[in-house]
Amino acid sequence: MERIPILKMGRYLLVTVQVDMHDRLAMTLQDDLTNQIVEHKARAVLIDISTLEIVDSFIGRMLANIAAMSRVLDAMTVVVGMQPSVAITLVELGLSLKGVYTALNVEKGMEFLTTSLSGEDGADAGNTG
Amino acid sequence: MTPTGTSKIPDILTKYRADILTDWTRQQLENTAMRRGVLRESDVTEQSGEFLNAFAEAVGAGNLTDLRGEKWDAVREVLAAVSRSRAKKGFTPSETAMFVFSLKQSLLTRLRAEIGDDTDAVASEGWTVNTILDRLGLFTTEIYQKGREEVILRQQQELMELSTPVVSLWENVLALPLIGTLDSARTQVVMESLLQAIVKSGAAIAIIDITGVPTVDTLVAQHLLKTVAAARLMGADCIISGIRPQIAQTIVHLGVDLGDVITKATLADAFALALQRSGMMVASVKGRS
Repeated sequence: MERIPILKMGRYLLVTVQVDMHDRLAMTLQDDLTNQIVEHKARAVLIDISTLEIVDSFIGRMLANIAAMSRVLDAMTVVVGMQPSVAITLVELGLSLKGVYTALNVEKGMEFLTTSLSGEDGADAGNTG
Repeated sequence: MTPTGTSKIPDILTKYRADILTDWTRQQLENTAMRRGVLRESDVTEQSGEFLNAFAEAVGAGNLTDLRGEKWDAVREVLAAVSRSRAKKGFTPSETAMFVFSLKQSLLTRLRAEIGDDTDAVASEGWTVNTILDRLGLFTTEIYQKGREEVILRQQQELMELSTPVVSLWENVLALPLIGTLDSARTQVVMESLLQAIVKSGAAIAIIDITGVPTVDTLVAQHLLKTVAAARLMGADCIISGIRPQIAQTIVHLGVDLGDVITKATLADAFALALQRSGMMVASVKGRS
């Protein structure tokens, strides 16, 4: 079955959506992701949706759900690379993804995660500033 | 003389064409004395001549009632051209319609002179002339209205394009100075151009300056919030600046909840905050703070 790959990068999980997200795929992703967060004790999830061009209310809600679930499992969620048309659609649908962090691209998302997590974990303490 | 149903009007138009044209032109120039600057006498004569030719031909074809028919196509074309050119020059609707109505007097004078004592005929022919010219006058006004609407539409479009520039203030800092009222259509354009600019420049902070927005009601506030939410989804923070004291009062009185959007009184304040957030500072060269 088709799956969206979840890559582990240290304390982060990296999800890149490269295909059209249909409902079943989104459900599977939600399942996989929660399992992986627990398994790897991940601190943060970075979802790259730069190739996603069409969203509906279901996918929008899915993103919000994934973020909420991650938070329950004590991991932050950053959604990166949203297309302008997708952003406008989500706003018009009334889904402004409260509680989800956003960044323009993967690089900035990573930077954001490193800065926000460096405080609580000794490893990256030198990077703050 | 006319009970057979054939009208005298075509004959008169051919016979006295030159006289009618002179009379009519003179009268028009008197009527539009105020517009001497924009309307040249030669133009009036030319337009009137063209109209008379087309009119005479249409009347000569024998159809005096069906002004929508193809016999009257040429007349309508001439009228439309005149009407459009006058609408563009800023004439009022009545001044434009007078082009046709002022023909009545000279035409009716000739008619009376030609037919003579037969009052019935004068009345019936007069009625025909009146009906035709009235309808042509109305047609002129219609076209005039359309011409004006086209002008308005074009101006609206230009305004829309002009008034939504996204400027880059600094590396990673964009500014969007909004001028004029925000309606749904404009918000859409503003939002799109802002988001495109964010993608293109990779900016992290966007300042929306509303100094030029005359009033902020609940609808405008909602549009602003939408734009901010969309920019946030893309990963850029928004600062709303340029909120005048009155607008601050209105926002609170209306009970508009701006949520967690950062607001600043002036663009300068917003810019300072943006610089601070991106880890930069502006310092005086002499070292004074």
